[in-house]
Order: sequence, then structure tokens, then C-alpha cells
Amino acid sequence: MLQANKVDAYYGQSQILRNVSLVVPPGEVVCLMGRNGAGKTTFMKSVMGLVKSKKGEIALGDTSLTKKTTGQRARSGISYVPQGRGIFPYLTVYENLLMGFESAKPNRPNNDTIAEMYAQFPVLETMKGRIAGTLSGGQQQQLAIARALVSKPKLLLLDEPTEGIQPSIVFEIEQLIVQLSREKNISILVVEQFLDFARSVADHFYIMETGQIVEQGEIAHFTDEIAKKYLSV
Amino acid sequence: MENFLIQAFNGASLASILLLISLGLAFAFGLMGVINMAHGEFIMIGAYTTYVFEQEFAGMFMRTETHDWGLWFLCSILAAFVVAGAIGMLLEATLLRRLYGRPLDTLLATWGVGMILQSLARQIFGAQNVNVGRPMWLTKGFKWLWVDVNDAEAVKALKPFWELVEGVRLPYTRLLIIGLVAIIVLLIFYYLRRTSAGRRLRATMQNREMAAALGVKSRRVDALTFGMGTGLAGMAGAVLTLLGPVGPTLGTAYIVDAFLVVVLGGVGKLRGAVLAAFIIGMFNTFTARYLMTVEMEVISASAATVAKVLVLLLVVAFLQWKPNGLVQVKTR
Repeated sequence: MLQANKVDAYYGQSQILRNVSLVVPPGEVVCLMGRNGAGKTTFMKSVMGLVKSKKGEIALGDTSLTKKTTGQRARSGISYVPQGRGIFPYLTVYENLLMGFESAKPNRPNNDTIAEMYAQFPVLETMKGRIAGTLSGGQQQQLAIARALVSKPKLLLLDEPTEGIQPSIVFEIEQLIVQLSREKNISILVVEQFLDFARSVADHFYIMETGQIVEQGEIAHFTDEIAKKYLSV
Repeated sequence: MENFLIQAFNGASLASILLLISLGLAFAFGLMGVINMAHGEFIMIGAYTTYVFEQEFAGMFMRTETHDWGLWFLCSILAAFVVAGAIGMLLEATLLRRLYGRPLDTLLATWGVGMILQSLARQIFGAQNVNVGRPMWLTKGFKWLWVDVNDAEAVKALKPFWELVEGVRLPYTRLLIIGLVAIIVLLIFYYLRRTSAGRRLRATMQNREMAAALGVKSRRVDALTFGMGTGLAGMAGAVLTLLGPVGPTLGTAYIVDAFLVVVLGGVGKLRGAVLAAFIIGMFNTFTARYLMTVEMEVISASAATVAKVLVLLLVVAFLQWKPNGLVQVKTR
């Protein structure tokens, strides 16, 4: 579904990504791992067009995204849940969900979709009138994921979805990711530091170090030696 | 007591005008990080639009020598909004768009634009101030509608103010300004809280990257918001024609106070702007009035100037205590 081919990206003068190639097959979950500062988030941002990639190609299915703006990429079927969740703190929970329809087709609010999200995340319904900034971290994460799903994306980008979240919600998110890829055939690229989580959700893994992909393969081949070599601190 | 009522009324009318002006400034800074020094010139553009509208089109709105229904004036307020808004959007698209994220550059650039606009106005309309007429229901009140216009005595008895109690005269012009601003502020509240365009604006203001990543066309949001802000300044200019003559530097008198309203209120919060406009408007009028009654042998400045200095000191002191302004929302 997502093909990134030899992507280079810079922050100002300093090069962050070197020659990064990565594929997310349709309906599968790919986990991107690596130590802090390896370039994982920058890669997510360059898929979304928030960081301009100077070289390389990014495509979603048959459509090339390389020349498209962030908004166009979102409307072509990518949803992004950034690190830190990126909810709108002064909008209510309900208004945050409505923002998800900006990239939906047709792009107007649909009550059935909202009801679906409330069924999936009951806590959001009980909190719908609350200002989103007052929610707990786990609730904000659920809101951010629900908002990303509202537009019925083909590709979901999740940047550290378990960061700073209580274990019970981590487990829920884990199950949700598996369910989304199996039942709804959504392709998912997830950045994750938490090895057990990665092992239980992913079909493939990629490991990044100083802006380059250094290992990749089926999740079954993700051995303890690899984990020790590239991920232990 | 009468004196207090009159000052409170004048304060409210000054606050209304300041609010109308500062909303645009607050939006431009809160959303795009643009410090718009040319904002005062959009007030001037609005005022001249009203002037041109009266000169060219008033006749089309049932205005005769003796009768002025003032329909042209209401339409000219809308025209001022459209003209100032369009010029604002043009400025955003041609210049400011290239300067996002560089507030100091926008400050210099818009200052230059402001001077150009003032010179243009001087070229087109001359350095002399011009006057705009007032609808009869402002100079004579609504009673004029059922008074026999041939009865000179009766017409003469009509006054341009509403006498609330003995000695408290509230001019119709200022009543109109307060009412108009109240309606506009309610409309903006509605726009921000209840429409999808308003939701996009708030979302972009709170997290521009994330709004774009959700598919919001942030360029369009920027252009519309900037245009709306300058349009509101234009409307302020249109109603200012009721209070005095129109000249190329009309806007400069208000712009400093409008900036004070923005910093006092807290950037990007409508409630804060409303509150701050009232505090500054009231403080200005009451202090100026008080200073006029005391002997000022030491200070050789006018009461209004000293009042402005005091307001400035008040705001500076307040910001030492609460740097984010009056209205803050707590989040995790």
C-alpha cells in the first residue's frame, strides 16, 4: 500500500534520513523500530509531507505522493496519529472527532461513523462535551486514533501509540491494531519502542539507525540478537 | 451619578470600536504569527469606502434633500467589510504568505504597506479630511418617522440623542455603534463555535501541522481569516465616519490601543478580547475625565494623552503578573 523508495530528508542543513526504503503491504502491520533520534518520526513526517523529502519517491498504491501537499496526502487516504497525540486541546472531544471528516469522502460529518467510534471507544462518548486538553493521556490517545479512523483511511500512521499510557489501554490499542488490519484491511505503519507490543501486532519489522534502515524482515525473524544489537540502550 | 453614566456609556462605545479593530489583529497574530502594523489603514480603507459609497450610490437608496432613510449607510458598512476584506486577502496572498513564522519581518513589511496605503489615500482623496453624512434616524431619532416634516417646530424639537434621565444624553450614533458591535461579536462567536469553517480556524490556530495532516486546507483558512480580520477593521472604519471626519491617518489613533487589547486579552481568545476591550475603553474614558477635573500644572499634556500613558503602564504591570493575558485555558 505504501512504498517509500530511497527517501532523503533534512532539517535545515543536517541530513536526518538517508536512502530510506520501506514498504507497507495492503492490510498488514509494519513496525518501525530504533533508538531515540534514529529518524523514525522524521520518516513518518516525510510520508505525511510535514517534512519535505529532497530525494526519493513516496507512493500510496498507484498514486505518487512525492509532489503532493500534506492536505492532499491526507485526502488521498492517509491518517496520522503523531507522537504526543496531536489533539486540539481547546476543542471538545466531539469537535476533535469532527475534524477527522476533513479528509473523508464526502467531507461532511456523518453520525453513523461517529456512533461507530463511540462504540469502539465508549469513554469518548461519555466525555464528548469535554475540552480535549483536560483528558488523560490514554483518553487523548484513543481520541487521536478515533479521529484518524473517522475518514476511513487506507493507511494509518501511528507514532508511539503506547507512550506514557497505562497497560490496560496499551492492550486495547494492541487488539485494535490487529482488528483494523485483519477486518478492515487497513495498512498500518507503527513506530514503537516497546518490543512485546511490536511482536504481538506486527507482520513485518524495520529497524532504523542514524537515519538508515539497517534490518528488516518478517516479525518471526526479529530475534533477541537483533533486539540487543540495535535497540538496547 | 449622571457623570458616571455618561462616562460609562462613552467607555462602552470606545470599547466596542476597539474590540472590532482588535479582533482582526488577534486573529492574524494567533493564527499566522503576523503582526499587522497596516491594520489601522484597513480602518481608513473602510471609512473611505463609506465616503465613496455615499458620494456615488446614496441616491440609489431613496435619499432625497429632506429624507435620508439611511439605507445607504447600512449597505456601506457591508461594502466597507467587503472592500477592506478583499484588500486584506490580496495583501495576504501577495506578501504575508511568504513571511509566515517570521513575526518581526511581518511587522516591518506591514508597516511599510501601511505607509503606502496612507500615501495612496492622500493621492486619491487629498490630504484634506472629508465628511460623511448621517442618516436622519441618527441625527433626529426614530421619532422623525412619524413627525410631519413640514412642521418646523416639531422637526426642530427632535434631538440626536436619547435622554435616559435628565442630563444623561446618549447620542444615537454611539448607541448604533454599541448595538452593531454586539451583533457582530455574536455572529463571530457563532462562526467560531458552530460552523465547520470556524472549527477549522480554531483547529489550525491550536495545531497547524496536525490540522494540515487531517486534510485542512490551511492556506485557505489563513486567507479567509486574514480577510475577515481586515474586513472587521473596515467595518470599524465605516462606523467611525459617524464620530468625525475621515482622513488618511484615521486608523493610527486607534491602533495602539487595539494592540493593547490583544496583549491584555490573551492571543486567540475571543472572551479575553471582549473583556480587555472593555477594561481599556472604560479605563481610558474614566481616567481622561478624572484628569480633566484636577489641576494639572505639573504635567503639560492633555488629559487624554496622560490617560493613554496610564493605560499603557497598567497593561505592562498586568503582564508582569500574568504574561499570557486575562484568559487562559488550562490543559494537561
